[in-house]
Amino acid sequence: MSNLSDKIQKKLNKKVSENIICREWRSSIILEGKVDTWEKVYLAGKIAADTRYKGVVNKLEVDGLIIPKIKSPLFKDDYFTDKEVDVLIIGGGIIGSSIARELSKWNVSVLLVDKEEDLAMHASSRNDGMIHPGLAPKPGTKKAYYNVKGNEMYTKITQELDVEFKRVGSRIVFYNKYMRLITPIIKARARRNGVKGVKYLNFKELRKQEPNISKDITGAVIMPSAGILSPYKMTIAFAENAVMNGVEIVFNTIVLFMEKKNDKIISVSTNRGKICPKVVINAAGVFADEIAAMANDQFFTIHPRKGEAVLVDKKKGSLLNSILSNPALFKIKSTSKGGGLVKTIEGNILIGPNAYEQPFKENFTTNKNNIDEVLKKHLPLISKLSSLDVITYFAGIRAATYKEDFIIEKSEHIKNLVHVAGIQSPGLASAPAIAKDVEKMAIEILSEVNDIKKKDNWNPIRKGMPKLSSMKHEKRNELIKRRPDYGEIICRCEEVSKGEIIDAINSLVPAMSIDAIKRRTRAGMGRCQSGFCMPLVAKILQEESGISMENITKKGIGSEIVIDETKKCKIEGREKHESL
Amino acid sequence: MSPYDVVVLGAGPAGMAAGLQAYRLGAKVLIIEREDKPGGILKQCIHDGFGLKKFNEKLTGPEYAGRYIKMIEENEVPIIVSTFVTDVSKNENGFKLSLVNSKKGLFEIYAKSLILANGCRERTSKQIFIHGSRPAGVYTAGTAQYLVNILGYLPCKKCVILGSGDIGLIMARRLTLEGAKIEGVYEAKSTPSGLSRNLSQCLDDYNIPIYLSHTITKIIGTDRVEAVEIAKVDKKMKPISGTEMIVECDSVILSVGLIPENEIAESLEIELDIATKGPFVDQNFMTLEDGVFSCGNALHVNDLVDYVSESGEYAGENALNYLEGLNGKKERKLIPINYEKDKFLYVVPQFIDINSDNNKAVFYVRSRDIRNNARIQIIGNSKLIYDKKYSFIKPPEMERIEMDLCDIKDLDAIEVIMK
Repeated sequence: MSNLSDKIQKKLNKKVSENIICREWRSSIILEGKVDTWEKVYLAGKIAADTRYKGVVNKLEVDGLIIPKIKSPLFKDDYFTDKEVDVLIIGGGIIGSSIARELSKWNVSVLLVDKEEDLAMHASSRNDGMIHPGLAPKPGTKKAYYNVKGNEMYTKITQELDVEFKRVGSRIVFYNKYMRLITPIIKARARRNGVKGVKYLNFKELRKQEPNISKDITGAVIMPSAGILSPYKMTIAFAENAVMNGVEIVFNTIVLFMEKKNDKIISVSTNRGKICPKVVINAAGVFADEIAAMANDQFFTIHPRKGEAVLVDKKKGSLLNSILSNPALFKIKSTSKGGGLVKTIEGNILIGPNAYEQPFKENFTTNKNNIDEVLKKHLPLISKLSSLDVITYFAGIRAATYKEDFIIEKSEHIKNLVHVAGIQSPGLASAPAIAKDVEKMAIEILSEVNDIKKKDNWNPIRKGMPKLSSMKHEKRNELIKRRPDYGEIICRCEEVSKGEIIDAINSLVPAMSIDAIKRRTRAGMGRCQSGFCMPLVAKILQEESGISMENITKKGIGSEIVIDETKKCKIEGREKHESL
Repeated sequence: MSPYDVVVLGAGPAGMAAGLQAYRLGAKVLIIEREDKPGGILKQCIHDGFGLKKFNEKLTGPEYAGRYIKMIEENEVPIIVSTFVTDVSKNENGFKLSLVNSKKGLFEIYAKSLILANGCRERTSKQIFIHGSRPAGVYTAGTAQYLVNILGYLPCKKCVILGSGDIGLIMARRLTLEGAKIEGVYEAKSTPSGLSRNLSQCLDDYNIPIYLSHTITKIIGTDRVEAVEIAKVDKKMKPISGTEMIVECDSVILSVGLIPENEIAESLEIELDIATKGPFVDQNFMTLEDGVFSCGNALHVNDLVDYVSESGEYAGENALNYLEGLNGKKERKLIPINYEKDKFLYVVPQFIDINSDNNKAVFYVRSRDIRNNARIQIIGNSKLIYDKKYSFIKPPEMERIEMDLCDIKDLDAIEVIMK
């Protein structure tokens, strides 16, 4: 045992628990043992991270706490039979999808797999859709670098991929005139990170931009480069463009095992058969540490940091124009954000999110106390906003490492593995820049064995599905004339037509569930929360896809919306009344 | 295109009655329906009990709607279905409506007066702040009813019903008849929300238990509902810690209240009553915006469809009266109807227009609490003008009061009280 790990163990034994044992592994530190609370697991990880080790592998367990296994697809088949591909991307979030698009420029075969039934099912659909300006990350970190770079890239990318994007700017609000004194600190940090255009706004100036802002606010610092977009629509756009250019995407596929030979992954086994890739990209979000472990290269642990957020009815959307952040006072660190109010690209107001450590990677439940707290903290920013206008709330899990920075690198030990891990906020903003660098890494690896060339016919332009309700009169009419389905409104709250739902079902990455259709069209996202349109959407999905009604799901196998036809249903232990 | 006299939004029981009445009286009418058939929610209400007051018969929902559809057809009242209103705005002669459908695309029509008969929607699990996970199997009672009665699919085998509103009770029976097991109906209030007849015919007759002062605190299950956590609640309807229990089920059916749909009224900046969540109206069912009328469940949530149709008829008739009086018409003079907020949930209408020629007023009143031997009195200008004894009065059952206002000259104050 080295001096350093010895020192850490002593510190942990003193500060956290006697039962913690540390050991060095390669250039990382591993923590083992049992403690009595999750807080201690987290605390030990944080203490161990505050050193020169490359990473912290926190294997501490909590006495009596059972952490559920990764949620797996409920079936097996032989879809892949030793399928050979140049690149295998594990994970269909914003990271995996943006990498897929970059790699689709090259004359290589790319396969993206995800264990869920659609793209963006975890963190990429469970966030506030903000393209951060890049102030929050600590200067010098990967986060700071990729955030500012990625933010800039979104202007061009959203044009190419036909995704709605607005640079509305974010405003850190101040509650008294003394807080204004931190403006120079914010400006200095912005300079170091390369965030442009940061300036102070007094109340009058702020009020001009946000007329409904509370009178308790004295001023704000604006970061004009901050933007908003739909994070899942962005993910889908990257993936669709990748598919246009030859990438294959397969869902319901979970990686179970990796076979290695001479420090190389030679095959990847899944519930749907074996894949033989030349390069593996680990973009598995909260499970990136488990994928790394399969390759015998786990030098980090993901500790799930949960956030909960609230959405307000569109009809109150006009109360806010941009992004207001509550300052994370005296803690402008990268770990947690102050949260605030975001006017989403679709016109709702999003409140939150909060941030707290907890042990579960897929527990997307919401909790009354947390939601109440989120409302209490941020509602007062806008004077006319009320909890009566809430239409829904949701939770997401950030894939944080103990070092808290992004991991974007070729594996030091496995020759054909690239880790893209620990991508928490500002992951969405950073994604385009991350994808560029990962593209380089993957191509370098492939170039060692093959001669890799760019495609001549790569098409960077993807056309999004038409959104009828926001179209100009003439254009909308022209489309309805061509396809009358565009004139039949199915979702009354969000004014979504049958034609748009059919488009989603038949798109390049087909929407095969109620939620998948919802993410692409917004059918069901309004104030009635799909009460009226869900059965209609299910019916359209049945007609278009040929899936029987009994097999139509909310979000993949296991979440079927009905049991059976009424006249066929037999329920054990009960005789159905025959009279009706 | 010349403007319509009356455009009715919605072809449910309120809208059909409104359109029919205005048409019969000679107005140029158009009824607009967003669904593909008229009838509104009645289409899926295959149970009986509709029309006792209106037709002196016990009809099913589709039968009740059918009576009106037939009258609409026989009278050839103009109606367009599968047509959605995308925008309504005021102009100098009345209103401009933008509509969309698959045949004509996006098009505009003009109306001198509007009748809002948009009905209501169901409150969702999120609007009553239920937490936990978001699996499949959480449905509002109306959605479950659509799945069973219109599409012919059973949404659950073993379910818990939250809320004792009428649709919840009806669905408890309906799902039982289709072979599902109802673990229980849980109601946060200390008294049931539905009509007495539904409690007896839908729950008692099928041995379905109802648990008062209980609520769902958490939904459990990742893909499909697996269980719910239920807790007792105190008088303020706050869960009492320590009383939590887990009830296994594959579905949660919610019947936790209805919200009048007034997004179009709101877009016209028509003021809504927080008590009814519908627009403020006078005895002519005219909202605070001249020429815009409201009726049915968009105005307030009714207990019986008969009253829904009645309010539609009045709105239709009064829309015409409004148009006829347009030239040289006196301005409205609205006197607010006051009521004891601690004793009544609401009183509709909320105003009397004393410049109106219409002296007949129909009041719809809901008591806040259950009372025995109550008296409802209406006092105008400090004079008792209505007095009726009720042996039993309770919130789920609305009271209808019809009265003549012509007895009182120069009405300047009117109040509804309960003794």
